[in-house]
Amino acid sequence: MTINQLSIFLENKKGTLLQVLQILKEAKVQIIASAIADTVDYGILRIICNNPKEAYQVLKDNGIAVALTDVFAIALANKVGEAAEVTSIFAKADISITYLYSFLMNGKGILIFRTDNADEAAKVIESNKLTSFSESELESL
Amino acid sequence: MYWNQNKECMSRDEMRALQGKRLHKVVDYVYHHTPFYRAKMQELGLLPGDIQTIEDITKLPFTTKQDLRDNYPFGLQAAPKSEIIRVHASTGTTGNPTIVGYTRKDIDIWSECMARCMTAYGVTSEDIVSVAYGYGLFTGGLGAHYGVENLGAAVVPTGTGNTEKHVRLIRDLGITGIACTPSYALYLAETMDKMGVTKDQIHLRVGAFGAEPWTENMRKEIQERLGLKGFNLYGLSEIMGPCVSYECECQHGSHVNEDHFYPEIVDPVTLERLPNGQRGELVFTTLTKEGMPVLRYRTRDLCALMEGECECGRTNVRMTPIMGRSDDMLIIRGINVFPSQVESVVLSEPEFAPRYLLIVDRVNNLDTLEVQVEVRQEIFTASMESLGAIDALEKKLASKLKSVLSISAKVKIKAPNTIERSQGKSKFVIDKRVLK
Repeated sequence: MTINQLSIFLENKKGTLLQVLQILKEAKVQIIASAIADTVDYGILRIICNNPKEAYQVLKDNGIAVALTDVFAIALANKVGEAAEVTSIFAKADISITYLYSFLMNGKGILIFRTDNADEAAKVIESNKLTSFSESELESL
Repeated sequence: MYWNQNKECMSRDEMRALQGKRLHKVVDYVYHHTPFYRAKMQELGLLPGDIQTIEDITKLPFTTKQDLRDNYPFGLQAAPKSEIIRVHASTGTTGNPTIVGYTRKDIDIWSECMARCMTAYGVTSEDIVSVAYGYGLFTGGLGAHYGVENLGAAVVPTGTGNTEKHVRLIRDLGITGIACTPSYALYLAETMDKMGVTKDQIHLRVGAFGAEPWTENMRKEIQERLGLKGFNLYGLSEIMGPCVSYECECQHGSHVNEDHFYPEIVDPVTLERLPNGQRGELVFTTLTKEGMPVLRYRTRDLCALMEGECECGRTNVRMTPIMGRSDDMLIIRGINVFPSQVESVVLSEPEFAPRYLLIVDRVNNLDTLEVQVEVRQEIFTASMESLGAIDALEKKLASKLKSVLSISAKVKIKAPNTIERSQGKSKFVIDKRVLK
């Protein structure tokens, strides 16, 4: 039910983001979505892409601090209040969302997020009949 | 096994009495034979008669490397030229070299002390020892050579250079001991690998390693690759050469030949003597030397002294491994900070690579210290991929640093392989205060 996300430790310094993106470009990795969380000195770049396992290996071989993380990707109806609706489902189940970001793809809203309890979150997604995507489903969109 | 049980296992009271007697004698000797020391003592209003016991040593003036340079070449020599039978010189890359003259008795004592070291390492007259320290002006080669001969083992004076020939000699002659720098020992292992010589084809079992600082990891690697047991050998030409202190089979600090070389630990800033167990600058007084005796010579090496009988039965005081040099010391907000302290903290944290950079600056008239460290690639996993986790790592290191350094440091976590690699120690510190 989860998909692989790349998490990359980046220093807040000119050129570090570019370096990572160049490596991915040369490895012909297609980025589907990305987000950066940052502090003064460093940030964490999170990327959803095609072929994340291969991308992970390429980055690792290039000496980059990179992790593969399991995150959820679920569909949102393109309407007001939908994000609040979904979030409230998890809040009711006492599941914290660690971080989230969203993007539109072919007119579909997609929410990427990580929780503090992946097993419970999977059950909640199933019992509430939320549409979650696998990697191949995302790629085929 | 001891070479000189009487001296190596002497009771503490007897040792102190002997040291006091010898100190009085050497002070009287330099007062009458070295104008440099007479002038220094007169400045302090000291007469040789004021020095009777070893505790009186704190009344005496210090000697520095600069004093030796200022009195180049023979200004601190006490024995007449006719008594000097050998001269060594330390490297003079940053000024005049230091010249040390030895009398016949000095060479005898050196060989005696060196034989004590070799015996503690387990070398016997059955052994064949390759001396691969540099022969020549450097004290390493001849110092180890005379000690091995004195003990009665066979010396193979290989010196440095032509390492392939050396490997063949080790293999073909069945050489069992080697005296060299730890880095040369590693180079030897690499050369063996290139030549296809395995450790099963050689019979090395003892290594006497010194003349440069080395770590436990280096020891493990050398032992593993050469199939021997490696021992620390400490010394410096200003005091004698290699032989000043040595590890026994317990390898819990290096035993000082303190009936000849009296060690003290002082605060490098206040020069106050520090109690045993506390880390500071190592200072030596030669108690029996004739050629160039020195009083309270500041080695700039940082370590601590440990008293108490060792499991090997020796009673002489031990020194910890050298933990840095006092010349590297930084004064930040009035507190003495040694890069080696930071290093010890960073090395104890598995999350970080064994590299760091200290950046000292002054902002609004206040000194600041930033410690940059590299997160290890393999520890950045899914459980680490949050700002909170990295922040916690930063806080943990900062709090450890604060407890060791007594000042706060800002920790900056960097990506793997982003801190510049360098061989020299000085590159680990950028002091922006002096650049302004």
